[in-house]
Parts: sequence; C-alpha cells; structure tokens
Amino acid sequence: MVTLQFVPYHEIEDLGSARRVKKLIDIVKENKIVLLQGRLKKEEETDLISIAMEEIGEKFKGIELAVINPEQKDQTGLKKVRSNFFGMLLGDRQGLTVVGPASIVKEIKQDPNKIELLTKEVKKGKKK
Amino acid sequence: MINIIKAFINKVLRSLFKKKKNIRLGLYGPPNGGKTTLANRICKDWLGEDMGTVSNIAHETREIQIKEQISIKSKGKELTFNLVDTPGIATKIDYEDFVKAGLKEKQAKQRAKEATKGVVDAIKWLDEMDTVIIILDATKDPYTQVNITIVGNLQARNIPVLIVANKSDLKKADVKKVQAAYPQYNVIGISAKFGNNIDKFYEGLFALAG
Repeated sequence: MVTLQFVPYHEIEDLGSARRVKKLIDIVKENKIVLLQGRLKKEEETDLISIAMEEIGEKFKGIELAVINPEQKDQTGLKKVRSNFFGMLLGDRQGLTVVGPASIVKEIKQDPNKIELLTKEVKKGKKK
Repeated sequence: MINIIKAFINKVLRSLFKKKKNIRLGLYGPPNGGKTTLANRICKDWLGEDMGTVSNIAHETREIQIKEQISIKSKGKELTFNLVDTPGIATKIDYEDFVKAGLKEKQAKQRAKEATKGVVDAIKWLDEMDTVIIILDATKDPYTQVNITIVGNLQARNIPVLIVANKSDLKKADVKKVQAAYPQYNVIGISAKFGNNIDKFYEGLFALAG
C-alpha cells in the first residue's frame, strides 16, 4: 500500500528553510509520499537533497523528487503578464512538489506538466 | 533584500576574478554524465595529463577534484581557470545498485557512504563557483528534477552556465532534446571521450567566461 500525504502551503509558509525541509524529510522517512502544495525555494530544493543524503542508511535510501511549475516559458503577451501577476500574488504557492522515499518510488517522470510516478514492488520477506 | 546584496557581492567578486583571468570553473551534473571524462579532455588538451579516473559504475568521483591554473587559448585570447570536478548530484544512493554493478558488499557500502558525502560537498561548493558547465548525458532524459534543480540553483545564484550534451557519439544521443529542455542556455553537443565538437565547446567557454 502506498500512502500519499497532502501538505498545504500554509503548513510550511511560516517555517524557516531548515524546518520546511525537515518536515518533508520526516514525512518521507515514514514511507509516505508527500504532495506539497506549491514549491520550495531553489536553495531549499538543494537543502532537501543534501539532508536526504545525510539521512541515507540501512532503511532510508534517499528520495525521488519532482516539481510541477506552472510558469510557462513559451507564454507570450497578455498570458505572460497574467501569469507573472498571479505569480507575484501567489508566490511559491503555485505548482506542486512531490517527494517520495526512493525505497517506494522508483522514478518520477515529468513532461513537464504531467507527472508519472512509478513505484517499486514492495518485498514482503526481507532477506537477512 | 539579502539575496540582492548577495548577488551584487557575487557579481563584484566575479568581475574581480575575471579581471585576473583566473576563475573557478565547476563541472556539475548527474552521475555518469561524463564530468571527469570532460575534465580529462580539458587537462589532456592543455596540460597533457589526466585529472581523474572514469568508470562505468556511477559515483566514481566521490570527492571534489581541483586542477589549478589551466590556460586555454583561442583566436588570440587566453583564459586561465581552476577546474573543479564535482561528484555527480543524485537524490538517492543504494549500495545494492553497486553490488548489482559487480562490487562486493563491503566495497559497495563504502562507495555508497562516500558518494552521499560527495553529493553534499558538491552542493556546498555551488557557492564557490564563478562559472559552471553542466554536463548531461545526451542519451538520457534531460528533463529530470536533479538537472532542473542544478540549473535553477545556478540561476538563483547568478552564476553563468554552459550546458554540455555529452556522449553525442552514441546512437541514442539526442542533443536537440537537451537544447529544447533548456532553451535559455547555450547547449553544445560534444563527445568528451572522442573530442567531437570540442572546439565549439572551447568557443562557448570563452563566450561565457573569457
């Protein structure tokens, strides 16, 4: 069974970068896939990777990460102005961030407006 | 506000480095993209020696490697830089993958441990770079989150970037796909292993950092 946990943006809005990252990692370490409303800051994304690396051990193998960003690079004219306006209003609330434990999520493919999440088959009996 | 001040200081420092023509040039990218192969190509071309060892098993480079004072010349211009080869950035590392690649369990666990530290170090070093070359494997999907995160971080730090679509000698290579994924950057298709299109790469390097 795969558990998805939705984290609304307001739950991380007032947290500092370190606590935001820790909150997401803590959920992922419970073998849940996080669906975060919005995006982390660019520096927080690399912090997330760094912390995930530091946490790697016998059980935790790292993370799979994907960010859907609604900013359209090929937008022009009025659409671009409108998109920038909403971007200013909503900030990092736009988009969706998916973080899952690498032991469960095999791969996340982006297209870039579509996410395909491939999960691993869970082994019932662990080898000793 | 802090970011603006930081960007300004970075810009001033970078311009000082440029005047000295002695910049810190970082090689970044996911594992097995060919960073060390390109580092070796640059070092062989201009110093006559290799920089590091390469391997088909991922995470061969697990420590930051620096080669100082490399001078390259093109069209009467000269560019001197310190080349920094970094471990591949990944979001997951499982020692069992190294076992599958043929390593013994003890070696695989040690490699995994060193590789995780290497990723952390590579990320820490992002702030130290004046210019970065991102090396992507042109046979693979360029639109991965690791690649996007590296590019986005360098953009946020105002660090000039050149993207190399490596392994262009392979049949599966699709340089145009890499160019389409990062249209705002100069993307040059090369084969670091065989030196294909390497002159274009050096031209791109001069345009970026010269």
